[in-house]
Amino acid sequence: MKKRFKLLNLDCANCAAKMEDAIKKLDGVHDATVSFMTQKLTLDADDARFEEILQQAVKACKKVEPDCTIVL
Amino acid sequence: MSKKQKRMLARIAAAALLFAAALPLPLTGLARLAVFLLPYAVVGWDVLWRAVRNIAHGQVFDENFLMALATIGALATGEYPEAVFVMLFYQVGELFQSYAVDQSRKSITALMDIRPDYANMEVDGQLQQVDPEDVAVGDTIVIKPGERIPLDGVVLEGTTTVDTAALTGESLPREAGPGDDVISGCVNLSGLLRVQVTRPFEESTVSKILDLVENASGRKAKAEHFITKFARYYTPIVVLAAVALAVLPPLFTSIQWVDSIQRALNFLVVSCPCALVISVPLSFFGGIGGASRDGILVKGGNYLEVLAKAEIVVFDKTGTLTQGVFNVTTIHPDDCSEGQLLELAALAESWSDHPISRSLKEAYGKELDPARVSEAEELSGRGVRAVVDGRTICAGNDKLMEDIGVSWHPCHRVGTTVHVAADGVYLGHIVISDQVKPDAKEAIAALKSQGVRKTVMLTGDAREVGEDVAGRLGLDEVHTQLLPAGKVEQVEALLKQVSPKGALAFVGDGINDAPVLSRADVGIAMGGLGSDAAIEAADIVLMDDKPSKIAHAISIARRTLAIVRQNIVFALAVKLLVLVLSAAGWASMWAAVFADVGVSVIAILNAMRCLRQPKQI
Repeated sequence: MKKRFKLLNLDCANCAAKMEDAIKKLDGVHDATVSFMTQKLTLDADDARFEEILQQAVKACKKVEPDCTIVL
Repeated sequence: MSKKQKRMLARIAAAALLFAAALPLPLTGLARLAVFLLPYAVVGWDVLWRAVRNIAHGQVFDENFLMALATIGALATGEYPEAVFVMLFYQVGELFQSYAVDQSRKSITALMDIRPDYANMEVDGQLQQVDPEDVAVGDTIVIKPGERIPLDGVVLEGTTTVDTAALTGESLPREAGPGDDVISGCVNLSGLLRVQVTRPFEESTVSKILDLVENASGRKAKAEHFITKFARYYTPIVVLAAVALAVLPPLFTSIQWVDSIQRALNFLVVSCPCALVISVPLSFFGGIGGASRDGILVKGGNYLEVLAKAEIVVFDKTGTLTQGVFNVTTIHPDDCSEGQLLELAALAESWSDHPISRSLKEAYGKELDPARVSEAEELSGRGVRAVVDGRTICAGNDKLMEDIGVSWHPCHRVGTTVHVAADGVYLGHIVISDQVKPDAKEAIAALKSQGVRKTVMLTGDAREVGEDVAGRLGLDEVHTQLLPAGKVEQVEALLKQVSPKGALAFVGDGINDAPVLSRADVGIAMGGLGSDAAIEAADIVLMDDKPSKIAHAISIARRTLAIVRQNIVFALAVKLLVLVLSAAGWASMWAAVFADVGVSVIAILNAMRCLRQPKQI
């Protein structure tokens, strides 16, 4: 399943790249992009565990850039 | 400016005032430290806080950490004004960066803003504004002059002109009347329209385009991948070098600790790769945005990269270089007037729905009286036979003429020839051909002048027809009578001729050529307006039918890449220079901050140029 989420307060392009990296490394994630330009996260992950993976992605983002929040 | 940015501006202003007031004070020692610490804290507390917090999260080498370390280092070595100024300048740069990025983001999204806000639906005779998503297929909506068409549909009532500029970049409005399809995202200019909706919002043209554009930033160009990779190695290397620079010289040379630490701090300030990390994606985003304003949809930065190095451009013929509409181009009567010949042919073919029959009827233009025609019969692969006004008329190809034993003569004009005979007597022939698009010749010439090495046309059409079109347009190579599989083979053979640094682009109309579109290095589909197949299969979609847009797309791609390259070279050169100078002890912390923030700002301003596109050719 592929879903798109809006990101709030994503202020630094380098952090976007780091977040993308961290999310891609999560188990069950097929692909992820964090676009600094459109301020959006595109997450492609296993259908069955999507919610759980999403929660992990939120955590991973918080770790990289605590100011940035994912609008769920 | 956002609230956050305004607050930052206020803090910067307050700190600048405090700093200016502190400078002339004749204080020494701790008192001096205290008056400088005040503006330092006002402007930089969040940097310090974030540095601490991020280290706790395991993110060590980020900007905040580097700035905190550099300025605290400066404070520790007694350079109070430098510490405050560096922090101040850093924050000004950051603020400007975030403002500039916001602005360009806004102007790009404004370009792509074709999302309709509402639809006027008729409920119990009353007009109601509803969300376009709530309108079902078959519902009737009303579109007033000046409103954006919210959903794809067919006009029931009203005539108007429609502005398609937001989708195609074409400034000439189109006419629309009852029975015509109208496409969401266009603007209704003059008349009131009642439209029956044919597709739900999620499948409408506007949704498809928005989806495509939003996804475009997800497909990253090689240059973007290079930058993220680069950033991953660059920062740690510079930090290690800084440590070495701080520790080694005092141990082995006469350089003082204070000096070597200062040099190392400068090193750290320069170490942020921000200029690159922001400006490269911004350039691609701008290039894609600018292109979409001209009706060229690019599905990702990577395709701009490939398009920029196109050296072989392969075209499909029908619908791409030609209009795909058959028209009567020549009437050669032997024994009657042109009008009579056309009238007889049109009458004989009046029962047929073949494209040739349709173009004959269209060329005749007048109402045909069906009572004059009887015993109409379609002879497959030959033509038609019918009795018109009591005479037996045969209209068709040379085989038909042979069959009925009529002596005919070929035509020197290229196209599909329809011979006409009445009661076994040859009357003459009519030539029907597909017309070349008005800008096709220019399009090929423009590609040549851009250094495209080879232009090739592939067609399933007959040899004479294909070679005639190719000759008139000035194409280098033409392959005719190809089946879809044959087109793929030709493209594969051509791909082998592409030099390692070049690329092959295929241009088609999205009908039947999906396999070729995906096989080419970059697939360009024409006439994306209303065609799902084109939007799906291609990497780049030209919203209108103009082949001349290809050269324009190439120049946009090249310009974008040139700007990306400028930024990479400029940022790296300045950083390297300042790194060398600070290692040697010749660069102040001021130069170091410029190399970080100043370079970012310049690179961002340069990247914004991608939005303004080169003049259309």
